[in-house]
Amino acid sequence: MSNAPVNNGRRRFLTAATSVVGGVGVVGVAVPFIGSWNPSARAKAAGAPVEVNVGKIEPGQLIRAEWRGKPVYVVRRTEQTVADLAKIDDQLRDPNSEEPQQPEYAKNAHRSIKPEFMVALGVCTHLGCAPTYRKGDFNEVVEGVTDGFFCPCHGSKFDMAGRVFQGVPAPTNLVVPEHSFPDDNTLLVGVGQGEA
Amino acid sequence: MKKFLLAILAVLPMLASAAGPALDLEKANNDLSDKESLKRGFKSYLNYCLGCHQLQYQRYNRTFADLGIDEKEGKENWMPTGEKVGDHITNTMPAKDAAKWFGSTPPDLTLEARFRKTPDYIYTYLKSFYVDPERPFGVNNKVFKDVGMPHVLQGLQGVQTIDEHGNLQPATGGSMTAEEYDEFVRDLTNFLEYTSEPNKLERKALGYWVIGFLVILFILSYFLKKEYWRDVH
Amino acid sequence: MFANFMAWIDKRLPVTEAMNKHVVQYPAPKNFNFWYFFGSLAMLVLVNQILTGIWLTMNYEPSGDGAFASIEYIMRDVDYGWLLRYMHSTGASAFFVVVYMHMFRGLMYGSYQKPRELLWIFGMLIFLVLMAEAFMGYLLPWGNMSYWGAQVIISLFGAIPVVGEELTIWIKGDYVISGATLNRFFALHVIALPLVLVVLVFLHILALHEVGSNNPEGVEIKKKKGTIPEAEQSKFKFHKQYADKYDIVDAIPFHPYYTVKDIMGVAGFLILFCWVMFFYPEGGGYFLEAPNFTPANGLKTPEHIAPVWYFGPFYTILRVVPDKLIGAILMFAAIGMLFALPWFDRGVVKSIRYRSKLHLLNLTQFAICFVILGILGTLPATPVNNLIGTITTFGYFGFFVALWFYSKNENTKPVPERLTK
Repeated sequence: MSNAPVNNGRRRFLTAATSVVGGVGVVGVAVPFIGSWNPSARAKAAGAPVEVNVGKIEPGQLIRAEWRGKPVYVVRRTEQTVADLAKIDDQLRDPNSEEPQQPEYAKNAHRSIKPEFMVALGVCTHLGCAPTYRKGDFNEVVEGVTDGFFCPCHGSKFDMAGRVFQGVPAPTNLVVPEHSFPDDNTLLVGVGQGEA
Repeated sequence: MKKFLLAILAVLPMLASAAGPALDLEKANNDLSDKESLKRGFKSYLNYCLGCHQLQYQRYNRTFADLGIDEKEGKENWMPTGEKVGDHITNTMPAKDAAKWFGSTPPDLTLEARFRKTPDYIYTYLKSFYVDPERPFGVNNKVFKDVGMPHVLQGLQGVQTIDEHGNLQPATGGSMTAEEYDEFVRDLTNFLEYTSEPNKLERKALGYWVIGFLVILFILSYFLKKEYWRDVH
Repeated sequence: MFANFMAWIDKRLPVTEAMNKHVVQYPAPKNFNFWYFFGSLAMLVLVNQILTGIWLTMNYEPSGDGAFASIEYIMRDVDYGWLLRYMHSTGASAFFVVVYMHMFRGLMYGSYQKPRELLWIFGMLIFLVLMAEAFMGYLLPWGNMSYWGAQVIISLFGAIPVVGEELTIWIKGDYVISGATLNRFFALHVIALPLVLVVLVFLHILALHEVGSNNPEGVEIKKKKGTIPEAEQSKFKFHKQYADKYDIVDAIPFHPYYTVKDIMGVAGFLILFCWVMFFYPEGGGYFLEAPNFTPANGLKTPEHIAPVWYFGPFYTILRVVPDKLIGAILMFAAIGMLFALPWFDRGVVKSIRYRSKLHLLNLTQFAICFVILGILGTLPATPVNNLIGTITTFGYFGFFVALWFYSKNENTKPVPERLTK
């Protein structure tokens, strides 16, 4: 004899209804287990936007800030430096920043909001080393260019807008993080222009 | 067999009474959903308590969010300590010096309301200081005998004495009336109940949904069981 | 498609066969009552404890410096961390509620009697490991009650002559309870004991299915082959493992009848469980004790050290004896008596329904004594409490002694051949 002799409509309905409601319950129980893997309040506090006082940076000087465990390079570029950027376009792999390595608002010739300030993650796009700022002696590695970034690990080279030179291991330009200027002297890394 | 169950149920009230507070505490009647009260309590805490008592498990930005304080406003006016809004509400008093001054380090108060079983304790405690010249700070406390803490709120409440039967006499010389002081302490109590479990309201709200859901599941499964068991009976 | 897949699997691993044998065609007596929910509920709680436990370890920090703060981190900073933690802490108490009910069921219906002695022993081993698991887990929040509770229990071992003192230091791995103690308790709580527990539960169920489930009547549903006419046998199809050996009467297959019933039981239980968890997570100060909301402090004893409620009965037995060593021995003996229960009971009638008035009385006094002992365990040791505790301790042990005497020639009622309802 079968172990489920009757299989009428009522039984089918109740089985289906209980299964569906039970299924909803299982999904509901899964929510806290899955949700708890999100960054915690501590992680969010540690990864909160970082304010950098840029008022006292000398022209040509680089300062490092830390945001989400990564170094952020901030350089005050001279007008001359900004003007020189366009001259080396033919030596670069991605001179017009076609690769999505920067927010929309930084997809311009100087790869930043203000031409004066370069803001980029100091993380080489090859294998993650921190490139060295070579001020004045960059022509030792690239002839005719005085300033730039040189990665000591595998010799990747970047210009004063974080753009990668041709013929080096790094595939793309340095990443420009979301940033904005709440006032003239303050750079906020982690919050994009126009966001809250 | 249900007799056993009934017997067990009959002794449960005994358990419950054993859990009750031994002290005669005044009801705080605070309301966790009253954000204005929480804000006033938070402000008072920052002004009067934080100097000695940290809230080292509670973050500023969490407090701002839960109490409805804008983060920018919070950073400007509600952060006497800490640099970033994500910081914990701590003070800078060195624990060693504190132990020297007060005999022991003033305890962290984040969980005080739960440690004392009920926020009513805090409410009653803050109202029970009285003059006792034999104590180092000149005050004693009716619910916390020989407390090692000065009556920080004396300027507000005034001076309270105790008679020979152990009854507190109305305070005199404070800047607040008795009602104002009660309200002040109630807000503070409310805030400390909040910090002891910031999720409390969220927890209960979720509880109603979950139990509602389970009741539906129970009803369905009851009918499902009945339907299947027609085969058996 | 699915049938082909299952055929492929079954050729390599007898999944369908095992499902039939243990669920779909497992013969269960048709008269299970309320008390038979607690087995499946214990399984449910075990799964809850394992899952939430795994998730808690993801954010818990097993160190003297970090443990307490990491619990508050879970309660505040981790998304839904508070819910996972309450599920675990409420689950711990629920586990004991369910297990005590499950054990009491066994006592009432004689589920420990021949041929189910080994099944009962496995159950008792589960209970023992569960107590160790709960005790070690209770240290992990590193609150002041955690600390002093562990202090009291560990110093019990100091009562053992000659090696006692050395033993307590060895258990602690330090001269006081410290991070070293916490770390070893953590390792045992999250890895070693749960593994043992799962294996024991597996053996418990295997042993159950070998001898078959008892029922409130205490009447076997598997009769000698060839003694029951076809028409009176159960109309359902059972696995050949059972059907070939016995004539099966008054039985129904576990699935779907007891699965749907247990689903109902689970839903009902969860209503109560969630009601406590969402509205009274401290359990009136019994599930989460108030002194545990302040970090462990070796210099500041809580005013009143009480073990968690589920240890209450055994703690009271320990406490009422004025001698430390004898108290400890008696406490362990109280658990030992339960292990030996199948041999204390020399009767052949299982269910309380057909046993003597004397047995009903004895079991009732035992249950009352157990509950009172439990309550006393959470109260201060006043002279009155100690007197009541002494009386109920006699009641506890008296149950076993009296049982041994009267069960041999007990004045039982006639037991029917078949289930009567």
